[in-house]
Amino acid sequence: MTNISQTNPVLDVKNLAVTLTIYGRPVPVVTNVSFQVRAGEAVALVGESGCGKTMTARAIIGLPPDGARVGGSIQLEGRELTTLSKKDRRKLGGSRIGFIFQEPMTSLHPTLTVGAQLCDTLRTHLDLGRKEARDRAAQLLDRVGIPRATAMLDSYIHQLSGGMRQRVMIALAVSCKPALIIADEPTTALDVTIQAQVLDLLKEMRSELGLAMLYITHDLEVVSDFCDRAVVMYAGDIVEEGPVASILTAPHHHYTRGLIGAIPAHDEDRKRLTLIKGQVPPLGAWPAGCRFAPRCPRADEVCLKHPALEPFEESAVRCWHPVELKKKETSTLG
Amino acid sequence: MVKQTTASSPLLQVEDLGKTFGQKPPVQAVRGVNFSIAQGQTFGLVGESGSGKSTTGRLVLRLLEPSAGRVLFRGNDLGKLGKKELRQERRHMQMIFQDPYGSLNRWMSIRETLEEPLLVHGLLDPAGRKQRVETLLNEVGLPKAALDKYPHEFSGGQRQRIAIARALVTEPELIVADEPVSALDVSVQAQVLNLLLNLQESHKMTLLFISHDLRVVEFMCDQIAVMYLGQIMELGPRKAIYRTPQHPYTRALLDSIPGRGKKELPRLKGEIPSPSAIPPGCPFNTRCPLAFDRCFREQPALYELSPGHVSACHLAEAEGQPQGRPNNIAMSPGTGA
Amino acid sequence: MGKYIRRRLLHALPTIFIPLVLVFFLLRLAPGDPAVQILGDNATPEQIAALRTQLGLDQPLPIQFLLWLKGLFTLQLGDSLFFHKPVLELIPAYAAVTLQLTFFALVIAMVIGLSAGIAASLLRGKILDRGIIGVMVFSISLPEFWLALVLIFVFAVTLRWFPVAGYVSFDEGVWASLATLVLPALAIGVRQAALLTRMTRSAMLDVLDEPYVTTARAQGLPEATVIGRYTLRTAAVPVVTVIGLSVSYLLSGAVAIELIFSLPGMGKLLVDAVSRRDYPVVEGSVLTIAVTLVVVNLIVDLVYAWLDPRIRLK
Repeated sequence: MTNISQTNPVLDVKNLAVTLTIYGRPVPVVTNVSFQVRAGEAVALVGESGCGKTMTARAIIGLPPDGARVGGSIQLEGRELTTLSKKDRRKLGGSRIGFIFQEPMTSLHPTLTVGAQLCDTLRTHLDLGRKEARDRAAQLLDRVGIPRATAMLDSYIHQLSGGMRQRVMIALAVSCKPALIIADEPTTALDVTIQAQVLDLLKEMRSELGLAMLYITHDLEVVSDFCDRAVVMYAGDIVEEGPVASILTAPHHHYTRGLIGAIPAHDEDRKRLTLIKGQVPPLGAWPAGCRFAPRCPRADEVCLKHPALEPFEESAVRCWHPVELKKKETSTLG
Repeated sequence: MVKQTTASSPLLQVEDLGKTFGQKPPVQAVRGVNFSIAQGQTFGLVGESGSGKSTTGRLVLRLLEPSAGRVLFRGNDLGKLGKKELRQERRHMQMIFQDPYGSLNRWMSIRETLEEPLLVHGLLDPAGRKQRVETLLNEVGLPKAALDKYPHEFSGGQRQRIAIARALVTEPELIVADEPVSALDVSVQAQVLNLLLNLQESHKMTLLFISHDLRVVEFMCDQIAVMYLGQIMELGPRKAIYRTPQHPYTRALLDSIPGRGKKELPRLKGEIPSPSAIPPGCPFNTRCPLAFDRCFREQPALYELSPGHVSACHLAEAEGQPQGRPNNIAMSPGTGA
Repeated sequence: MGKYIRRRLLHALPTIFIPLVLVFFLLRLAPGDPAVQILGDNATPEQIAALRTQLGLDQPLPIQFLLWLKGLFTLQLGDSLFFHKPVLELIPAYAAVTLQLTFFALVIAMVIGLSAGIAASLLRGKILDRGIIGVMVFSISLPEFWLALVLIFVFAVTLRWFPVAGYVSFDEGVWASLATLVLPALAIGVRQAALLTRMTRSAMLDVLDEPYVTTARAQGLPEATVIGRYTLRTAAVPVVTVIGLSVSYLLSGAVAIELIFSLPGMGKLLVDAVSRRDYPVVEGSVLTIAVTLVVVNLIVDLVYAWLDPRIRLK
């Protein structure tokens, strides 16, 4: 994996900020988010509802909600996206960036055939005739493991099972060999054995096409053997970033620790789960200093100031009192 | 008055339970399900969509009429109870649903929501009701000020706490919880799971816990039944199921948990068949990586691998014994009790 | 697909039959005797009795009903008591006027309704959207007969662009014929246009928020394709329902508006026939209207099936 870090990043997000307008008032939902994804690398964007992970993804593909203001810089393969015209920006979707949504049932068109939807994308971005596009679409379906691919071109999404639907979604996202795939909780709605199949498929596509992948999830463990690095978000901020393995076993930020402690562990005698007290602050009501401070067991006066994201051991962490690996106690936080 | 359970008999006993929906083609949602839950235990039903776990939960509470078999609750056959007696029994068995928003009446304040079951069953006087409702609200970790608010004023986790309080208000002996934390964020899910454990201890309640999430089931349950296409494939104590699973389906399920699993079996191919077209023989034969000719001819019996640990797999025959005979064979290494 | 059409047609039969039966009994239970109407006030009781026998009106009601049923199933609707012509020869000329009027009003309603609705949805919250909503709310609250009188006053009496009333048939000149239909069509069409605008706008807004529209945009499809192919296709389903309902309203609206504009359509025929106790004509007219509605509904169902494969493939 050393060669990955030497290549230029496919996606380079710097100081991304997204501000929504709610009842005429500007409300920040993402602040100061910076990260990179390189070719062949998969980065997990982890957090709970309302942390800004989906807004970040929407800003990258240029489809933020109505009335949203996007600041900062987003570079794709060295090209600045935020200054592009709307039309040029749109063209990158489907060709250089593929997007996989959580719910294929609602994210694919209900009354257009699978083949028609694939051909629309193919013919928008590639110079293909009707017949060529259809052949290519059939190859794609076959590649993502859909049996009787040619016949399936004429089926509608409601005729397919959940797993097959998500395979169609993946075929659509990779149809024009993009450089970057953004997957927003692509397996959350699936049964566990099907989830495993779909993750296998994503892994194959990733190595076959050398894709850079941004994988949005609320459950870090699900992507632990899929992603290389993780970016953990809380209340619009990146609170921790680093290799997945080290974040899972030795998280530095108290929020990350709580989040991982909240997942029931395997093969332990029953005890209580680690809890993060309180609730995620609502949008527009973030604390002025460290946004996690009111819920943090370690918070003190210093935390009234907003910490910066600073390198710490193998990771980077936004905390005045990061958990040190060496001094890590085995007990859980209160 | 219906008779009370004695110490030795289980609180809930399910015998050959079956449910078929519709006519052409009939959908066999639940087939020949047997299990029993002892007082104070948590029994987990785990499976993928279409496994019949939710239908089983509804059959147990008699929210659905079984097509076959019977449910004994506190020693009474629920099918034999009259309408009035069944209503009385309902006080002792309550349900928690996945979607706390859909299951709470949005026109009712929290106070009305929590008092309603007491009024329906004619329990307590007004002062006693007020007392009970306030105590419970405190136990589920909500402030007293919540009483006069309405469901939309709460977050998903808080609504699930309210739903839990409502289920507990009649002091039931059995709670059926159908995917109670699936709609919640990880940290909120942990809060609700801890709450359920605390309440279970303080109220000595028995829990039938239905979930697709194997990690949550392992955390919550003492006994676990793995369901597939309406049948129980493997049933046993938590440690037996998670440390020494026998059934290939159970093993595949455990292998499928990302970041975990021993990955000793090849990945399952294909998807769960339709419950209206269940394959003959073993229902798992279309996906089983270990299937051999017998699996396509003959439906496996349940074999007992160790006390209380049974598996419906032909491969278990060599290891185990047909259920019901005295168990004196050597257990496979590492089989926990 | 054939099975689908057959099922729809089977469902339509009661829609035709029940109103006819109701009309049969209502007419005969209502006071007034067709024989008196035909012969006039000076007729002797003997003349009236003779005519009643001739018309079969002296038979008991159940027998009359059975004879009527037989006539209905053999399409022998009888002769008009007033015109002394077979009903089936009488109706087409009147029906043609009403159908032209309805069709014209439908075109007005669809052109205005669909374009204003789509425009408003694409400019959600902008000034044009708000303007369209304002005009729409105003138009929905206009009573049709009142609008008709205003239109006559402004465009016929004051500006003299269109005739005040009367009808010129197609054979006498297409433009002159259309000119006689503009004001009545507007009078009944405007309200439907407003209803269609509202439905189209909300259907479009619903679909624009659907994840599959976001997918289409994320896949880089041009906006024209996203709207034309991915949004309109599904938004059309509820809109088609409303168009089907609109046709029913327009038909009944046409019947009333014909009286104001003295158009020789089904409305006029029906109202005259009722006051003349011309039973066969009334029944024939109701049959015609019922069949028309059934045909319209069948067309709506077919359009549905064409738009939504989930219906077609059921």
